[in-house]
Amino acid sequence: MTIVLAFLVGGLYAGGLYMMMRRSIVKLIMGLILLSYATTLLIFTVGGLTRAAPPIVPAGVSEPPVPFADPVPQALILTAIVISFGVLAFAVVLIEQTHRSVGTDDSNNLRGIEGEL
Amino acid sequence: MLVAVLSGFGLSLAAPWAVRVGRLRGWLFALLPLLLTLYFLSFTPAVMTGEAITASYNWVPSLGIQLSFYLDGLSWLFALLVSGTGIFIFIYAGAYMADEPLIGRFYAYILIFMASMLGLVLADNLLTLFIFWELTSFSSYLLIGFKHKDEAARKAALQALLITSGGGLALMAGLILLGLAGNSFEISALVAGECLTEHPFYVPTLLLILAGAFTKSAQVPFHFWLPGAMTAPSPVSAYLHSATMVKAGIYLLARFTPILGGTALWHLLLPAVGGLTMLVGAYLSLRQVDLKRILAYSTISSLGALVFLLGLDIPLAAQAAIVFLIVHSMYKGALFLIAGILEHETGTRDVTALGGLARIMPLVALAAGFAALSMAGIPPFFGFVSKELLYETTLGLQDNAILFTTLAVIANMMMVAVAVLVFVRPFTGQLVETPQQPHAVPLGLWLGPLALGLGSLAAGLVLAQVGAILIAPAVSAVVARPTAVKLALWHGVNPMLILSILTVLGGLVVYRYRHSYRRISNRLDMGRQWGPAKWYEFGLEAMLSLGRLQTRVLQHGYLRIYLLTINLVFFVLVGLTLVTKHDFAGQLPSTDLRVHEAVIAAIIAVAMIVVLFARSRLAAVVSLGVVGYGIALIFVFFGAPDLAMTQFAIETLTVILMVLILYRLPPFATFSSRGQRIRDAVIALSVGALITTLVLVSTTVTQPTLLTSYFAENSVPAAKGRNIVNVILVDFRGLDTLGEITVLGIAALGVYALLRLRTPSQRKVDLTATVETELVAEQDKSKEVEAM
Repeated sequence: MTIVLAFLVGGLYAGGLYMMMRRSIVKLIMGLILLSYATTLLIFTVGGLTRAAPPIVPAGVSEPPVPFADPVPQALILTAIVISFGVLAFAVVLIEQTHRSVGTDDSNNLRGIEGEL
Repeated sequence: MLVAVLSGFGLSLAAPWAVRVGRLRGWLFALLPLLLTLYFLSFTPAVMTGEAITASYNWVPSLGIQLSFYLDGLSWLFALLVSGTGIFIFIYAGAYMADEPLIGRFYAYILIFMASMLGLVLADNLLTLFIFWELTSFSSYLLIGFKHKDEAARKAALQALLITSGGGLALMAGLILLGLAGNSFEISALVAGECLTEHPFYVPTLLLILAGAFTKSAQVPFHFWLPGAMTAPSPVSAYLHSATMVKAGIYLLARFTPILGGTALWHLLLPAVGGLTMLVGAYLSLRQVDLKRILAYSTISSLGALVFLLGLDIPLAAQAAIVFLIVHSMYKGALFLIAGILEHETGTRDVTALGGLARIMPLVALAAGFAALSMAGIPPFFGFVSKELLYETTLGLQDNAILFTTLAVIANMMMVAVAVLVFVRPFTGQLVETPQQPHAVPLGLWLGPLALGLGSLAAGLVLAQVGAILIAPAVSAVVARPTAVKLALWHGVNPMLILSILTVLGGLVVYRYRHSYRRISNRLDMGRQWGPAKWYEFGLEAMLSLGRLQTRVLQHGYLRIYLLTINLVFFVLVGLTLVTKHDFAGQLPSTDLRVHEAVIAAIIAVAMIVVLFARSRLAAVVSLGVVGYGIALIFVFFGAPDLAMTQFAIETLTVILMVLILYRLPPFATFSSRGQRIRDAVIALSVGALITTLVLVSTTVTQPTLLTSYFAENSVPAAKGRNIVNVILVDFRGLDTLGEITVLGIAALGVYALLRLRTPSQRKVDLTATVETELVAEQDKSKEVEAM
């Protein structure tokens, strides 16, 4: 499965980056979402895969039975998911506002006032 | 000694409050330099015996930077010069700027300067010296630009700063080279250490240090910042730009003479640059009509003379230089202060518009007379001794004696003419109508110039004592061996006396024909078109243009091009490192794959491809959701139920958000050309392939981690939690989670603010809507009334 996931992560990165390089800002947002999926999965895969053994200590013992899934990447990913949602929500609203005030979907037209450097 | 140096900085902090004392503030502030002068005078016996007082404090021991001070004859003389002149400057400034609202700021700046200058001349450590050196440039910048509402002042301040701190950078490099070559950063150790003139670093060190000294001391071709600096208030011009700061370069040269001096290069560069500066300054000085600019150019000439003297290959030169240094500080400081008085009282600095002022301000005229006589080198003034010594030095040279003597005589003739000009024009003859009605000058103003003028006279009268106490220790420090100094006014009729008489006569002739001189020199003027000031402007403009060009190229504002650049750089750098540094011999991970996992992976891949090629936004959003749920399922399969739950919840929210918001945006449009799409696709695929490789490579390397076992062992005993992931988040790494919550909170605030934001066009729409509803309501009401 690791090999499959490696290719999946690479594919998601490629797709996300491709979408982010589009001029349409809606596509940019979608690329951003794909990129955060890719990153989540990347950390998960690199952290090592363990089937069906969540890092939970059963009642009565003080340590989980070996093997168990590594909790450290999971904790990182949990943070990553939540933060990327925060970023996403902000970006979506920002772009919606930009579109409302500027009236364009093309990021080439969002370059500030001409000659203002 | 640390206290003495730092006291200025301390008082500077208090200055904005201390000025509240009112009219007497100048006298109050002068107490500090007075105390410092007395403090330094207390070292007189020690200094006279050739003893050096040292003090050292740890500053940055890890970098070998000591706050170390070294008081020998040379630094003692400069310290006295700085604190002694400071007394009169501070008193003067109190009266000169009596009505200045920002006087507190002024005293703060000038105190910073005084302290830095003291630190500079007392520093033993090269890096300490450099820091104080830069601080003087910095305070000079603040003081030149003191009238910050005046554009010319701001420009002049920037010019002075750029030039002196540009030289400062060179100086820093030179000092570091010197420290490396001599294996010590203490000047005293370098002086005592082995000879460095044969060291391979010698030439670059010397050139870099000279660059620092020449910029600071306004040598040609860096001289033009000094006349510009005359926009500063007069006390600043007198203190920084004639008596002390511009002498920092001279101090540096004198200080380093035992270390770097004595070589052919030294004896070539210093007389050449100094001699040229001496002539150019003198030449330009007499062309001016603005009193302060006349003095500024003549200061340049004098600084040139000092550099010239320090470079001459004869022991007497050091003595001549030190004597001239003191002479110049006294008469030029006095003249600058007098120029300030004239401007203050009459409202003009144009010498051609002044006249007959001796009747209104006799004491000032007396001070000006003394200073001018010293400048012209008339016995028994101190200036005479200095000029005699200068001639004696150049005549005593083995090579080029005639050439150098001629140079000195020409420059001095001009100085005589300038001295006559600055005294005779404003003070004698008919009283001339001026923009302001001049009246009696208060004590605070005339005290300083008169004291300095009297000093010029007194020093000439007690020559033997001055020579033994002030001059000899300093000269000994410059030549690095005990030297006796015998000064006298009368040496009998000798070549020097004849040259002196010639100089005075020549100066009078030059003065007589000054109008024709001005006319001719104006016709020959090339400086305005081709002078170094033009180079400076050109350089500054070129630098700004380069900055603008670079900003245009690098900061073009196209997000996707930035992304493209980042991706390319990432691909190339990481890819190269991977290929060159890694051997791909590791074991690939197991190919163990279950059917349901393969199905999920395939679904995710297909859904992503749908996102990429979807024509409709809804299809894209739904497919994104499929990708997210698929990833959540992978989490379920591989023992991460918490992640799965979070992913499901967030995914649902994301889809809802996208559906709600994206429907307000226009449908998908294709803006880019086919070529651009292919280019982007190639780059994106390359990065994707690289990431795949990285994942595969990283899974072949197993790095044992202590974290996992630590958390597993301690979760229940230490944190009383059975879900290890949750325990990490809320307990072991609880602060991280707090930070995360903060980030979300800020994002939520941002979202809320953006949603509340109304663009102008919308506001108009809202307004018409309200008006319409109100109208409707009105009509309804009237209908109701009718119905009744």
